[in-house]
Amino acid sequence: MRYARLIATQARVSFLLLLQYRADFVISLFLAAFWTLSAIVPLLVLYSDRDSVGGWSWGEALVVVGWFNVLKGVQSIVIQPSMNQAVEQIHKGTLDFVLLKPADAQILVSAQRFDFRQLSDVVIGCVILGYALATLGVVPSLGAVAQTVVAFASAVALLYSIWVMVMSLAFVFVKVDNLTFLFQSLFDAARWPGSIYRGAFAFVFTFVLPLTLMTTTPALALLGRLAARELLLAVAGAALFILVSRWVWTRSVARYTSAGG
Amino acid sequence: MSAGARVAAALRPLPTLYRVGFADAVAYRGQALIWLLSTNTPLIMLLLWNAVAAEGPVGRFGQAEFRAYFLVTLIVRLLQGVWVAWEMNMEVRDGSIASRLLKPIHPFWSYAFENIAAWPVRLVMTAPVVVVAAWLIGAQHVTNDWRQWLLFPVALFGGWALSFSGNLAIGCMSFFWQSTLAIAEVWFGLYVVLSGYIVPLELFPPWAQAVVVKLPWAHIVSTPVRLLLGHDTFEQSLSQLAAQWTYIAAFTVVAALLWRKGVQRYEAFGG
Repeated sequence: MRYARLIATQARVSFLLLLQYRADFVISLFLAAFWTLSAIVPLLVLYSDRDSVGGWSWGEALVVVGWFNVLKGVQSIVIQPSMNQAVEQIHKGTLDFVLLKPADAQILVSAQRFDFRQLSDVVIGCVILGYALATLGVVPSLGAVAQTVVAFASAVALLYSIWVMVMSLAFVFVKVDNLTFLFQSLFDAARWPGSIYRGAFAFVFTFVLPLTLMTTTPALALLGRLAARELLLAVAGAALFILVSRWVWTRSVARYTSAGG
Repeated sequence: MSAGARVAAALRPLPTLYRVGFADAVAYRGQALIWLLSTNTPLIMLLLWNAVAAEGPVGRFGQAEFRAYFLVTLIVRLLQGVWVAWEMNMEVRDGSIASRLLKPIHPFWSYAFENIAAWPVRLVMTAPVVVVAAWLIGAQHVTNDWRQWLLFPVALFGGWALSFSGNLAIGCMSFFWQSTLAIAEVWFGLYVVLSGYIVPLELFPPWAQAVVVKLPWAHIVSTPVRLLLGHDTFEQSLSQLAAQWTYIAAFTVVAALLWRKGVQRYEAFGG
């Protein structure tokens, strides 16, 4: 409860910042729409040639794109700003002040900043999802919606865990901006339905860097095509990643000797 | 001062600028390596289009053709990195561009040479990619016209120069407007879609293709790639190169005009 209040306070402060920079928000909305449209161009070209690829129709593939946008938005609002700041704190040694506070350091670090200007990606992702469902003529059942909520929560948990692990690397390497940049570029692969990745890539994108679980699984859930077993797999995967990232974080903090240490 | 002496004076600092830039590139080779690994979009697009071609070819593109196309695209992209719009925007905003203005060489040259100086390091890093790509592509999927092989470096360099001059023009807008990064981002977005970076331009519907191949972005990636793959005749390649260099000249003139106007009103911050 205490933590919920703590996070809410941080979120309120960040939201006030958004209201302060309204023009920035309009520009970012425009850019996000532009980027999304340009990313859809391959799909437009592709589906003008045929009706389905890897078992995905145009509308269904758009559902994946929609989830990708929403997840990307969540990442840049909730996860990334705090993680970037944490990396900077490790770099400068100011992480000490966070560690001294009488609350769980991982939660403090993970909820220190939100960037609501990036809301644009979520808005556009939702528009795409709505458009895709309308194209398909699909109205998700209550069960499908429930499954989607669980699948999406798992996706956010997975993404968060990966970021915590990357951020923890900063304790060892100090400079990890490039690493986050690399992860960002790989994350783009989550824009396409998982079934296009075959062989070794299918394995990597399911088990090592579970991009498929992040966007394809929620898409299947929303379309009502997700088997209960797959949903369980996603939840189990997310739980495992959370545990591992927690372990990595505690180990890293234990080894932390502050700047100049 | 005679014209010859003036050119000589302009050329004198170049070796030094080059050495500084080269040392910079060597010092930050780790960053360059990560940049190389992060440039994986063509590979992801290859996986996507490969899955498509597995169910039947698209136009002339079967799996082998897509492989050749996106591997060459990757190499072209790796050798062409340009970031001067971002660099200029930052320098104008924090005032550090003033130190460039003091130097006895036009800042356009110092930006260009800093970028060019990174080429050897980048070339060395790209070399393994080229070897693997050459092995995967095979001789039957590249042009067998030696004149096109000779033109390829020109087209590759032209693509860089086009990208650079466009970036330079956007960077010069920073004198008038702070948020030029949004323009730079739109430029990059158009580049991604309209240069052939994620979709071969000939797969666009005919009406779109007719427009897109005339735009500047097509001459950054698509022109050198098509040249090397032998998708065009020699004569077609020549006319594309002519268009490419026309754009380079146009963007450079625009950049120079913006620069002249911009520097006059520039007072840095706190000015």
